[in-house]
Amino acid sequence: MDLHSHEFQSRARTALHDTSLQQALDQARDGFVAKRAAQVAELSEFEALREAAAQLKDHILEHLDDYLERYETAVNAAGGHVHWARDDAEARRIILDICARVDARTVTKGKSMVSEEIGLNEALIEAGLKVVETDLGEYIIQLAGEAPSHIIAPAVHKTREQVADLFEAAHGGPRRTEISDLVDAARQALRGRYFEADVGITGGNFLIAETGSSLIVTNEGNGDLTQTLARVHIVTAGIERVVPTLHDATLFLRLLARSATGQETETYTTVSTGPRRLDDLDGPEEYHVVLVDNGRSRMLAGPFRAMLRCIRCGACMNHCPVYGAIGGHAYGWVYPGPMGSVLTPLIKGLDLAYDLPNACTLNGRCASVCPVKIPLPDLLRQLRHAQFTQAITPRRQRGALAAWRVVATRPWLYHALERVVARILARLGARTGRLRRVPGAHGWTLGRDLPTPAARTFLECWHHEREKS
Amino acid sequence: MRAARDEILATIRQSLGRGPLEPDATAVLAARMAAPPQHPRPAFEEDLTTRTIRKLESRSATVARVADWTDVPRAAEQFRTENGIEPRVVIGAGLAALAWPSHWSWHSGPAAPDAVLSVTPAFAAIAETGTLMLVASPDSPTTHNFVPEHQIVVLKVEQIVRHFEDAWWCRQQTGAGLPRVVNLVSGPSRTADIEQTIQLGAHGPRRLHVILVG
Repeated sequence: MDLHSHEFQSRARTALHDTSLQQALDQARDGFVAKRAAQVAELSEFEALREAAAQLKDHILEHLDDYLERYETAVNAAGGHVHWARDDAEARRIILDICARVDARTVTKGKSMVSEEIGLNEALIEAGLKVVETDLGEYIIQLAGEAPSHIIAPAVHKTREQVADLFEAAHGGPRRTEISDLVDAARQALRGRYFEADVGITGGNFLIAETGSSLIVTNEGNGDLTQTLARVHIVTAGIERVVPTLHDATLFLRLLARSATGQETETYTTVSTGPRRLDDLDGPEEYHVVLVDNGRSRMLAGPFRAMLRCIRCGACMNHCPVYGAIGGHAYGWVYPGPMGSVLTPLIKGLDLAYDLPNACTLNGRCASVCPVKIPLPDLLRQLRHAQFTQAITPRRQRGALAAWRVVATRPWLYHALERVVARILARLGARTGRLRRVPGAHGWTLGRDLPTPAARTFLECWHHEREKS
Repeated sequence: MRAARDEILATIRQSLGRGPLEPDATAVLAARMAAPPQHPRPAFEEDLTTRTIRKLESRSATVARVADWTDVPRAAEQFRTENGIEPRVVIGAGLAALAWPSHWSWHSGPAAPDAVLSVTPAFAAIAETGTLMLVASPDSPTTHNFVPEHQIVVLKVEQIVRHFEDAWWCRQQTGAGLPRVVNLVSGPSRTADIEQTIQLGAHGPRRLHVILVG
């Protein structure tokens, strides 16, 4: 998927004026937040689970090389194959080679964010393969020719009217707008595809070193149909997805559904180990895992290691006021919201995704709900710092920040300027009590008025009162 | 292939500021794998069976309780007729010996698109979340759990365990690690991908009916 993060500002502006998008976002926002809160309230162990999960992730990351080697050995023992991909291009080539070797024509896909990250669909289609997304949300955006706007609800930006239009165009009339009819239409359209698929590609929520298994979590059952009915099953997963044992995976499962969709558990959790066995009546003949690095091994080194704890639940974006206002597409790449604002610059470059770490109010809501306690606001602040020290921050802003530092580190100067500005603003807004425009803060006053400040600053009043007494 | 693997592992080690782990460090990890630490588990006092039924029903599954194994075909037929489901059935070989109604058209092979109903044996159930555990084998092919429109799972009361950790012993079942597929099923297939509205029967079964024996 091409990177459009440099268009963040224009995309955000467009999103704010897109009435269908705003309608869809309104609908989604409260649902996710309320459902998660209800689940958390019901589980008194939730905080203990979060703490244990953060610690376990740190343990895994400290021994990542060892666990990956153990995992590879176990996959081989179960008759599967592990492929290592340094970057997106290598991952695409590995998958295309497998497809070519087994003479594949049709590829079904369960939802996989890593496959979006490596731009897999475009490469498969270019190679002449028929690609069918089977997750309902992914199917909708595939028909629309769009990218996912949320990591667990990819079509959250679409209203049912928009889905009705897409389905009418794809499946033929009559146009139906009942949600049950729309879900049914997708079910009927996709049924046959599962059976004709040569290759089924899924993600992997967790890779289990002990058993060489991949684990996926779905509500629809599409991932299971994808991986069971195709001749060849390919799992795509980031290298950080490995966990030592099934017991350890269980810890994350207790947090994942509650944090993601606000469910106690998703409908289907599936643990897959290797290809069809001698006495099996169904299942794939081949089982492959593509381990994708794509910048992750380097991320381990610095202050951003904590980002590799992420289990991709989406709670951070569900609770983010910025995401809630503009949706996922404005972020311009695969991963939106707070986790995306950290990951995108780290994977694609600090300069190419300049706006993302800066489009944050540092309100801290994301960190407070993260099931593995990633300090997202701290990481965003560190990215800003890195942008500044690497001179990526635009010159005007650097100048403004330098000037601010001069003022902010000299209290006498700060207070003197504050007195002047307060008097000017108080005079300008004396009549209405509001300022419609403030020089230098045009962006801020575009959407709201500034209340007129008092003519005297707090410190002036303080000193005055003290002298009186 | 090899080059990519070695380079990724080398970069990981470089980022961690060390070389490959020393033998005593890998021994510590091996010991941890053999006896993983106990993580927090949701505590509850509710009876395991009551909780399993309650949780399953909360996610739109239905549960019928029968006294004896031989009552299963009758309970299955009742569910079928009540819901107007055609008697085109796949039955896991593990249940094939029961006396199924003579008017059913059924087999124990993998489920093809013409299968409307499946009857499959559970391996266990986890009371913590009310989740069924089904494992792939000739007695219980994976397609039975996803292809038919409606699914009946047969579960014995004594198969219900408290937590997920109590169910993972199934990995010893085959002696060679896990069965090929372990399916944890907590209800009928569902989606909320259109306007956050929950709709059953997205791609897998529209109905999940549990026949609880004992």
